[in-house]
Amino acid sequence: MDKRLERILPRVQKPARYTGGEYNQIIKDKTRVDLRLAFCFPDTYEIGMSNLGMSILYHTMNSLDFVWCERVFAPWGDMYDEMKKAGLPLYALESGDSLDKFDAIAFSIGYEMAYTTVLDMIDQAGLPLHAFERTELLPLVFAGGSACVNAEPMADFIDLFVVGEGEEMNNELLTLLRRAKLEGWSKRDFLKKAAQIGGVYVPSLYDIAYNDDGTVASITPKDGAPEKVLKRVIVDLDSAPYPTNPIVPSTEVVHDRVNLELFRGCVRGCRFCQAGYIYRPIRAKKYETLVRQGIETLKNTGHEDVTLLSLSTSDYRPLPQLCDGLLDYCESRSIGLSLPSLRADNFSMEIMEKLQKVRKSGLTFAVEGGSQRLRDAINKNVTENDLLHTCAIAFAGGWNSVKLYYMLGLPTETDEDIVGIADMAGRILHCWRENAKNKNRGVKITVSTSCFIPKPHSPFQWEGQITKEEYLRRVNLLRSSINSRNVVYNWHDADTSVVEAVLSRGDRRLGKVLEEVWRNGGRLDAWTDYFSFERWMDAMDKHGLSVSFYAERERDVNEVLPWDMIDVGVRKDHLKRERERCYTSTLSPDCRHQCSACGALRLMEGGKCDG
Amino acid sequence: MDKLRLRFEKTGRAVYISHLDLMHTMQRAFSRAGYELKYSEGFNPHPQISIALPLSVGVASHCEIMDFRLKADADLKELPARLTAVMPEGIRVTDCCEQVSKVALLKYLEIEGSFEYDERSAAEMAAALTDFYAQDSIVITKKTKRGVGQSDIRPAIREIAFTPGEGEVKLHATISAQEPTLNPALLADALRQLKPEIAPDFEKFVRIENYLENMTVFR
Repeated sequence: MDKRLERILPRVQKPARYTGGEYNQIIKDKTRVDLRLAFCFPDTYEIGMSNLGMSILYHTMNSLDFVWCERVFAPWGDMYDEMKKAGLPLYALESGDSLDKFDAIAFSIGYEMAYTTVLDMIDQAGLPLHAFERTELLPLVFAGGSACVNAEPMADFIDLFVVGEGEEMNNELLTLLRRAKLEGWSKRDFLKKAAQIGGVYVPSLYDIAYNDDGTVASITPKDGAPEKVLKRVIVDLDSAPYPTNPIVPSTEVVHDRVNLELFRGCVRGCRFCQAGYIYRPIRAKKYETLVRQGIETLKNTGHEDVTLLSLSTSDYRPLPQLCDGLLDYCESRSIGLSLPSLRADNFSMEIMEKLQKVRKSGLTFAVEGGSQRLRDAINKNVTENDLLHTCAIAFAGGWNSVKLYYMLGLPTETDEDIVGIADMAGRILHCWRENAKNKNRGVKITVSTSCFIPKPHSPFQWEGQITKEEYLRRVNLLRSSINSRNVVYNWHDADTSVVEAVLSRGDRRLGKVLEEVWRNGGRLDAWTDYFSFERWMDAMDKHGLSVSFYAERERDVNEVLPWDMIDVGVRKDHLKRERERCYTSTLSPDCRHQCSACGALRLMEGGKCDG
Repeated sequence: MDKLRLRFEKTGRAVYISHLDLMHTMQRAFSRAGYELKYSEGFNPHPQISIALPLSVGVASHCEIMDFRLKADADLKELPARLTAVMPEGIRVTDCCEQVSKVALLKYLEIEGSFEYDERSAAEMAAALTDFYAQDSIVITKKTKRGVGQSDIRPAIREIAFTPGEGEVKLHATISAQEPTLNPALLADALRQLKPEIAPDFEKFVRIENYLENMTVFR
């Protein structure tokens, strides 16, 4: 171990997150690989090690025998300061080698607030910040993850983006990079060739022109780059690689458990939900595959919890068979099974009782809107009757805590809808009084609200965000409408939502803002410990960009959007139609009832959408 | 099987695993190796394992002791190798047998340490350290649960010796493990408080062996 590091570690909090050496980490002989890849997660170890995508791609990229892929996470503030003081550069956990020893630096960017951390990690790696300043082929800096469906604010810093699912695409890219390294290609030649790989977006191969009003006038690809970069997907999840021997952290992480991914995509089409659109088409794993992989992973890791991942667990068709298969193994071994993302409408007594046998967790429902009219407008297919019915079963079954999530500022929302949230909480309380088995234990109903953020590639991508002041007015209206001691109201601060709204639909000009924020000390901006709203607003002002233009402005449907070169599969016409139906509060049937021909199926030749 | 005792090493990168995380790591390793730990009864069952004398983060050890119970009978000879095979880097199980003495009887710890000096002469420092620890009483200020207090660490040191090395002074000591417990870190902290001119720039420790009151090896 590096002497400097050895002296730092005793002084920082939770040093085990900075050492590597965990069970199942992959160690290779560095003299026998052609490419060394630093796989960076722009957040802390505890967050990154909880990320299933990171775990899958770590294994798929390491499955190439010419690649050694190692992990890098962002140090927490105390470690960061100590590293700076000691002149210790960022290093990878497996080998402990600093990032200047690597041929490629890859980032997994799941959310916009990680952007400044990406810049910081590029800098900590000892590399020039801007892609154009890095004139050599190596190290290549690339990024993927769901934030990359509009990567424009990061376009100045990243050599190329991989759009969509990376299991196959990343390995194609690394195979090309190996060839380029061995044959001594120039960076430009490599990028031109890489742009021909499906899903690869090379920002430097696109010229962006702007109108006088600041909107995008045109996007012009050059050097043979495709006009539209089509998102990559895995056609058959059953045969897709899934690591049943993931790394087992030696220290506590956020989600310390076995993750089983049921399916990708979502049949629901909630109009505010970016994930519901960008992960289409729907592809499910067979329950037999999941039971087998689940048991194998539990054996290989020794975890005492397993959880089912998807956007909507209740929509997994063979859910009962899957639960039976897993519980068979788990119950006798005191292994807990948890099912997040259940819908309030078909939460069945049967499944709930099954889960109760092992361990009981709280109930959480994402209701989103306070009235049926608003829920219809956003296509959130939950009725109050369903919710009350589900709660009645839950209360009778002994649950005594319910969490309800809502968004404020959704398109068409009125004050009546907001008061409706308080009314609904009141009716759930009444439902508890009527159904609870043991009233002595009391009940806790938690209402949480966040500020709606319009996201690219969703039907609301043209919508404006409400101002911070308006959000606070709505929060106060809701606060004054809740008058029961059993109902607790938490609201998220709007500051982060404003910045996130700016970045999520931002363009390349925001690169200057990101750089400014980072130069002024911004990193780990997803953490309230480090986020500074003033720092962001000052940077926007300094570069003459306004929050209202990016966050609050409603876009014309004919406007060229900064992310128009990225095609996630769902057609723009479909998004427009869904948005129009919002204004008439018209529900769209879910994919299982009627295919809406959204367009995502063209992403997989010969594949079948499980909608 | 009840009253089992594991002896293991915790070195290298594993020294940064905290006591609580180590308990968790052990529990998972047993499960990976196919051994079922006995769980406590009650509302919130937990595996019945206990590690004697929790080790400070950053301190290595060749003699960690963990007591545990298994649901079923197991071959204790093959258990160390099977567990070691599924451990994180730096944890190696060296022995497994039935408990002989109660943990309360563990009296002394043999430790080694390295006091690193970046600028100062190791030979001079070793001599000064020897003199310092030859005193009859070394009273330091210690933060306790009840606040700040004075405490004499000298009675907790049975033997201590310093030898100069390359840029460091090697320490070899036998210290009281329980009643009173002496955290080895205090051996350097005492210098920072009372004689900063010979305090090391950095120090690290490793536990070598556990002893009973009569200085026979604890089993």
